[in-house]
Amino acid sequence: MSAPRMPIESGVPDPFPYMHPTLRENFGQWSYHDRPRPGVLRHVAKSGDQVWTVRAGTQRQMDLATIRKLCDIGDEYADGFVRFTMRSNIEFMVADEAKVAPLVEKLTSEGFPVGGTGPSVTMISHTQGWLHCDIPGTDASGVVKALMDELHEEFIKEEMPNRVHITTSCCQINCGGQGDIAINIQHTKPPKINHDLVANVCERPSVVARCPVAAIRPAMVNGKPSLEVDEKKCVCCGACFPPCPPMQINDPEFSKLAIWVGGKHSNARSKPMFHKLVAAGIPNNPPRWPEAAAIVKNILAVYKEDAKDWERIGDWVERIGWAQFFDKTGLPFTKFHIDNWRGGRVNLNASAHIRF
Amino acid sequence: MAKKMHDTPMLDQLETGPWPSFVTGLKRLAETNDMMVDLLGQLETSYKTRKGYWKGGTVGVIGYGGGVIPRFTELLGEDKKPLFPAAAEFHTLRIMPPAGNHYTTEVMRKFCDVWEKYGSGLIAFHGQSGDIMFQGCTTENVQPAFDELNEMGFDLGGAGPAVRTGMSCVGAARCEQSCTNEQRVHRTLVNAFLDDMHRPALPYKMKFKVSGCPNDCMNSIHRADFAVIGTWRDDMKVDQAEVKAFVENRGRKYVIDNVITRCPTNALSLNDDDTLAVDNKNCVRCMHCLNVMNKALSPGDDKGVSVLIGGKRTLKIGDLMGTVIVPFMKMEEDEDFEAIEELAGEVIDFFAENALEHERTGEMIERIGLVNFLEGLGIDVDPNMINQPRMNSYVRMDGWDEEAEKWAERKAASAS
Repeated sequence: MSAPRMPIESGVPDPFPYMHPTLRENFGQWSYHDRPRPGVLRHVAKSGDQVWTVRAGTQRQMDLATIRKLCDIGDEYADGFVRFTMRSNIEFMVADEAKVAPLVEKLTSEGFPVGGTGPSVTMISHTQGWLHCDIPGTDASGVVKALMDELHEEFIKEEMPNRVHITTSCCQINCGGQGDIAINIQHTKPPKINHDLVANVCERPSVVARCPVAAIRPAMVNGKPSLEVDEKKCVCCGACFPPCPPMQINDPEFSKLAIWVGGKHSNARSKPMFHKLVAAGIPNNPPRWPEAAAIVKNILAVYKEDAKDWERIGDWVERIGWAQFFDKTGLPFTKFHIDNWRGGRVNLNASAHIRF
Repeated sequence: MAKKMHDTPMLDQLETGPWPSFVTGLKRLAETNDMMVDLLGQLETSYKTRKGYWKGGTVGVIGYGGGVIPRFTELLGEDKKPLFPAAAEFHTLRIMPPAGNHYTTEVMRKFCDVWEKYGSGLIAFHGQSGDIMFQGCTTENVQPAFDELNEMGFDLGGAGPAVRTGMSCVGAARCEQSCTNEQRVHRTLVNAFLDDMHRPALPYKMKFKVSGCPNDCMNSIHRADFAVIGTWRDDMKVDQAEVKAFVENRGRKYVIDNVITRCPTNALSLNDDDTLAVDNKNCVRCMHCLNVMNKALSPGDDKGVSVLIGGKRTLKIGDLMGTVIVPFMKMEEDEDFEAIEELAGEVIDFFAENALEHERTGEMIERIGLVNFLEGLGIDVDPNMINQPRMNSYVRMDGWDEEAEKWAERKAASAS
């Protein structure tokens, strides 16, 4: 038997062989950019070279025919080069302005919405969900498809006060990340434990160590080594479930959705911000999650109407205050919005700064 | 012709609407691929029951200990056999893209050919990890699929307690705000630690992300254990003729309301002649005015990077952002890239030795305190590392005089 093939440990590939020639030639030498229309960027280099980028939305999880179609478009209209943004938008670069309009038309006619630039609602960053994850409380691709159908007009236009980054996560680990709006699973009941399986499947000390509130302890149940949960202490986060699948946290009824707003990665104006809870108890309702979509659309409509240019959702709420946010959106303010996690006292108002 | 399609009334509802439909794509693949027929069957079941049905396992390629995400179905019939047997194994290969996610259509087509031959035909550009995800592969086909992708010049990314796939923005390739060579920093950092990527043996994951300016398009501060952010330390560049043109075009009120008053440190003033005065000493490089007036305002010439450590998502102690450990380092000469590689090596070594199992760098720093981390790395304290000094007197301060002396010495050294 021949020796097995060992991997070539080549690491991250050099991007230059895959880079559009105008980008390659002007690497590090760009002067400024503008946006001739939504979905199109024009970058001007110090050399005087120009490149137009046409950005289009994709479904991220793509079949071969879709990828090959995008390649055909890239070959015909964009010199055979593409790139992707981190939010799964595809970008075609062209050095000839005359190619822009036909490319936009072609993408649109093939069902790829052109947009996602400037003050728009760009593609939702999402996770794997029921399609591929081992611990999901909901789907990802379906939630995003349903929401982007609703938000399509805001993707192809640039009518928001500033850019809107929406994220989704199928469990409370929040792989989707921080967002101007985040739609995340929120469990509302402690895990149901299958005591017959724990001893065989789980390394009990690491499960005990995984709990953020020390609510799990080893126990003998029906004569078998297992784990028990102090249900009064349990915060239903689901952290015990990945290392110990018999700690079943996902529940068709009690795994709800929660909506968070005001996360921001950029350092522009304010420092980076985390998103904050605004709504919870929303049913996990496939295939189109209409209750979550309605709340997201409402928040976006109020933000669009009320925020000043360049204010991200987090900036806007800081200016108008949370009382007005709940007032204007009509969302209920509850005791659950008041932070009691470690360090949470910093989130209380220790001042007389109150808007009347 | 593949096997008969399952009824998918729930998923069918995701085929309408203006956004591209992944369901339509899955169905197209299912016309010729049994794995996709059964994948649709399992996914439809999840939509009906609102439960997931995948479990992990151990699948990999020869020579590596990670990079493949194994998935086995848990949907079994009463006979304990899979209800959807053709999708009983549905593994993902995480493949690292070229830095900055640039592709030729030629290489994309080759990806398609490989995945048509060995996989389900479903590819995600890209996962939250930054990888190209080749989704849907049997255990048997993982090795030949990897071999072909590897021969094309592509390598597996990270999974598990390991150095993970990095990310860098488009940066210098197409952005005027770029303050560093993002792709080189990205490749320097990740490619120096491939052993720690491919043979997972760290306490938990270790992520590198590189953004070319403080707009942080890669979300590095939120998401990376080791965040590199391009910046500059001399004066920002102001093209006063372009400032005047901008004011003339938009009006003084727009400029005052959207540029001048939005500066977080009041470092801007609009002069009577419609030129801009900048208090560069108090500019914090937030990027707002450069974003609004990007033709008139640009980063300075003395560029480099800031390094922040400890960003992560919620599990387990709550979300953490990275915090500054290096306010500025140059990133131009070969030695600069060697220096950041060395710093990353020291961070990984300290993490490997001091973090608890399943503890991220940010959680480790939360537990031991930033000063212990800095001392472990031999990094001097700097006021740029904090928002404000300590507010509680309950701390031992033996050795105050020596520490004050160190500060005086460092000040004297930097002044000379």
